[in-house]
Amino acid sequence: MPPLSRPRLAAAVILIGAVSAALIGGFAWAAGWIGAPRITSNDAIAALEYNGGRYPGYRRAHAKGMCFTGWFDANGAGGALSMASVFRPGRYPVIGRFSVAGANPMAGDGRNVFHAMALLLRTPDGQQWRMAMDHTPFFPVGDVPAFLAFQYASRPVPATGVPDPAAMKSYLAEHPETKRFLDYMASAPLPDSFAKAIYYSINAFRFTNAQGVTRSVRWQMEPEIPLTALDKSRLADLPRDALFREMIDRTARGPSHWHMLLVVANPGDRTDNATIAWTGTHQRTDAGTLTLERVMPEETGACRDLNFDPTIVPRGIALSDDPLLGARAKVYSTSFTHRATEGPHPSAVGEDLHVEESR
Amino acid sequence: MRQVSPSFHPVLRLFHWVMAIMVIAMIFIGVGMVSAAGPLFPRLLAIHRPLGIAILVMVLIRLPLRLSLGAPALPADLSPVQAFAARLSHVLLYAAMVCQPLIGWAMLSAGGYPVQLWPGVLLPPILPHDLHLYATLRPLHGLVARLLFALIVLHVAAALSHGLIRRDGVLRSMTIGQRSRRADTPSARA
Repeated sequence: MPPLSRPRLAAAVILIGAVSAALIGGFAWAAGWIGAPRITSNDAIAALEYNGGRYPGYRRAHAKGMCFTGWFDANGAGGALSMASVFRPGRYPVIGRFSVAGANPMAGDGRNVFHAMALLLRTPDGQQWRMAMDHTPFFPVGDVPAFLAFQYASRPVPATGVPDPAAMKSYLAEHPETKRFLDYMASAPLPDSFAKAIYYSINAFRFTNAQGVTRSVRWQMEPEIPLTALDKSRLADLPRDALFREMIDRTARGPSHWHMLLVVANPGDRTDNATIAWTGTHQRTDAGTLTLERVMPEETGACRDLNFDPTIVPRGIALSDDPLLGARAKVYSTSFTHRATEGPHPSAVGEDLHVEESR
Repeated sequence: MRQVSPSFHPVLRLFHWVMAIMVIAMIFIGVGMVSAAGPLFPRLLAIHRPLGIAILVMVLIRLPLRLSLGAPALPADLSPVQAFAARLSHVLLYAAMVCQPLIGWAMLSAGGYPVQLWPGVLLPPILPHDLHLYATLRPLHGLVARLLFALIVLHVAAALSHGLIRRDGVLRSMTIGQRSRRADTPSARA
């Protein structure tokens, strides 16, 4: 080959540089380094840590928890809504976790915050259904920007222990959905036992049955025993781990049970907004009974090293258009990676039991 | 084995270009996915896992083909350093294409996640559920992705410089094929 003329050589070098730059630019764009700013899971975790403090080794939200095991007895009725194998009549093993909201794994239980139940149901075909449910029928925020803004506005001021009133006021002026939630939390009974709370799926999901019919569904775990409430005026007097100790004592006496109620959306029900409860009469299907047989601290339980990512669903259940679902998946995953890297740390309940054993 | 033909076998060229699209798409999906805390995350994840396993299957078919069908000899006038860099970069590209899907699969296994390809279709775990292992494999998956991408950029730049500057037939050997410059020597096709 004859040598290239200088202009041709220059053109070739420019072309090679341009192709390389386009590849690198595409990478930078895909990674979010250039282009429109986007909210990442690290932004969400920074907001959570700003609000509640930074506790390496623990979940970035609902850090305080306790494991349980049990089973789910499906009665077959859920099959009318979803072909998921977990709805076929039978008994399926369950790993679960109770938690209270917040970033502090040693926080007291006497706080008017989410009580939560996470579940992992396994079927013999290897499929899993993971859930992360709260004891409120709706959520304070509907999307990721609001979630971040709420974390920043509601940070307790160290001197007073409550959020800055001015910051909250300006946040709530823009977010009536959060105001609605806070009003609900102020007036709704706060369960005095994990065993007496209804736990809600929060988000809507899409259930498809064997006939190929797809419906929007939320579900809730309803306890067999009636709700009784904590005295909200005396929350500060509760021992640090009162709710967890109650559940340990209760389970020593016998198992607890919840019914899984599948609630089908009516026309007009919002599936993309977890801040709006579905009101009025709904078709409800009792798909089976959850039995909680044993509780154990995170140190010895199976729940600690699991990510209860609610987007891990079996065939027959799919995600809805709720923008929170994808955010929950990514933020939980990043939190999981952080705490895996930081290594496990002792739980509040584990500390209690350790102290008692060493007495 | 060094191939006598001046071009890659058409089957290898097909694998190369199909996998080039898959791997580059995969890297962009991967980095896009981990930076998206929203609805895009589960959508991209649903593509990421089956595409990764498809790449693994294809590279496991392609590698023995590449070893048995061989590659055209590098240009004789290439400096020993360049020839070494060319061979090393190809070994690393193959190693990354084999390892990266396996690291992803192993990472999900160690994290206790179901390895779901699509709804109802799962792969078995290839490691025990162990968060220490997960904590090693998760950053490794990101690191190998970046190294693989850097290799691809170098590979593309080198291929274009062969085609546009050196014009030595190396680029043609993986694209439209060499002009049969040795067509008059029958032994060359033996």
